[in-house]
Amino acid sequence: MNRFSIADCSSVDAALSQLKDGAVVKAGGVDLLDRMKDGIEQPTRLVNIRNISGLRGIRETEQGLTIGPLTTLAEISDHPLIQSQYQILADASGHAATPHIRNMATVGGNLLQRVQCWYYRSSDFQCIRKGKDLCFAFDGLNQYHAIMEYATCPSVAPSSAAVALLGLNASVELSSAKRGKRNLGIRDLYVVPDANPTKFTVIEPDELLTAIVIPKPAPGTRSAYQKYGEKESFDWAIADAGVVLEMDGDVCRRAVITMGAASPVVRRSPQAEAALTGKSINEETARAAGKVAVEGAQPLSGNAYKLDLFPVAVYRTILLAAGQRDRDPSAAG
Amino acid sequence: MPDPKGSHPQAPDEQPEPSTLPDSARSGITRRGFLKGAGLTAAGTALLDGVQAFSSETAAPATNGVTELGPGPVPVRLHVNGAEHTVEIEPRTTLAEALRINLGMTGTKVVCDRGVCSGCTVWLDKMPVNSCMTLAIDAVGHHVTTIEGLSSEDRMHPLQAAFVKHDAMQCGFCTPGMVMSCAALLERNPHPSEHDIRHAVSGNLCRCGTYPKIFAATMDVAGTTRNA
Repeated sequence: MNRFSIADCSSVDAALSQLKDGAVVKAGGVDLLDRMKDGIEQPTRLVNIRNISGLRGIRETEQGLTIGPLTTLAEISDHPLIQSQYQILADASGHAATPHIRNMATVGGNLLQRVQCWYYRSSDFQCIRKGKDLCFAFDGLNQYHAIMEYATCPSVAPSSAAVALLGLNASVELSSAKRGKRNLGIRDLYVVPDANPTKFTVIEPDELLTAIVIPKPAPGTRSAYQKYGEKESFDWAIADAGVVLEMDGDVCRRAVITMGAASPVVRRSPQAEAALTGKSINEETARAAGKVAVEGAQPLSGNAYKLDLFPVAVYRTILLAAGQRDRDPSAAG
Repeated sequence: MPDPKGSHPQAPDEQPEPSTLPDSARSGITRRGFLKGAGLTAAGTALLDGVQAFSSETAAPATNGVTELGPGPVPVRLHVNGAEHTVEIEPRTTLAEALRINLGMTGTKVVCDRGVCSGCTVWLDKMPVNSCMTLAIDAVGHHVTTIEGLSSEDRMHPLQAAFVKHDAMQCGFCTPGMVMSCAALLERNPHPSEHDIRHAVSGNLCRCGTYPKIFAATMDVAGTTRNA
């Protein structure tokens, strides 16, 4: 890891004042140190926000929940209110990485982690996401890569928290010393590689993620998240699904189906949502929704298996959300 | 220059001296003992007189809420196993490196150095974390407990004794991390089920495959039985 100086900040204003001249924000540090140890990035200046107490914690408000970006994944998954009313977020936070990483990793860092494509993560490969003009995954090893929306780069969205937060229609608050605050939906936080391959999020160098806001779910809402991986623990998803169902008795009034490891940026599946809307949730409708979730997908040379795995992930997670099935023992985490 | 992989300082390995090399035995100096002693001396003499160490007290009243550290070595105060230590480290130093290299506490193992294997597990305020992915400066103000802090004098922690009784190790490299993860679980939950134990070590990799004996040792201490 390269040498760096670090500004240890005790307030948001202090941190914002330090966000200049290429300084990089460090929170839990898990993904940043990983990239630095692998030589993908060599920032010479870090801004340590880890000790800013105002950026940590879960607060219930009239409108729903406000979560400080420094709240750890373990704190979120263990929170009684999140477990009871925001199950999708408890599931996603509680099954990312390992127990020890969840004790260290912040939800903000989980949202802003870089893609896990092994070409991007290797300093031996100078790819399009690093400002060069080549993608190695299209003709190379791509079994963990995207099956849709990948014209420029087929790396997949790595954040399981994002799959949950998109399902909950959450927004993030970004703060800057000069321009004040702005709020964005989860999907708008990310830059699709087709638009700009070297920019992963819309966060400007002088901006800090300062809050995650989740609206209160409508009465009768049920939700769940499950991920499938090659390993039971630690690994990122090869397929994952977030499901939020607004139920009116037996009928699904509104469904939100989200997918992470299918595309470069976390996405909703309008086809799967339409397949459930106005219907009762059962084995048949859940399977139908899973099937259409991969409609239009175009697998790469090594990942056609995802065309089978995603429908299963979506279908089983719909039934889990509806309370008609236990957590899948073959799901990861 | 881009930083080549693995350029961070490596701690001395803890290989036992082969018995076929009598020199060290005659002189009473072992390679392990010599290296550990040298490390401690370096840490001790490098302290700058009159420079206040980075600690939870100095961090708070800093100018405008910003404390500048590095890039060169800075004195940092760590609370490890019940004692205060001041180490002279660069901000890039991980907690694992500070423990092993600066404090000579080589019980904490660095295996993957990426947070994948949890071999480097220590407690921050009784919460198990990966010391390889924690900067040492981020441990300031917290109580760090390592495998060395689990036993007292010559008495093993009951879980360590149970690991011996159940032969819960083969090569031993994952063992300190396994013990720290399972002991942290017992602190939170004195009577865990096998499922709880499996969950607690789900980030700890053992390539020898000693998991069943690790579960048995932990359940022995917990007074629980298999599949409870």
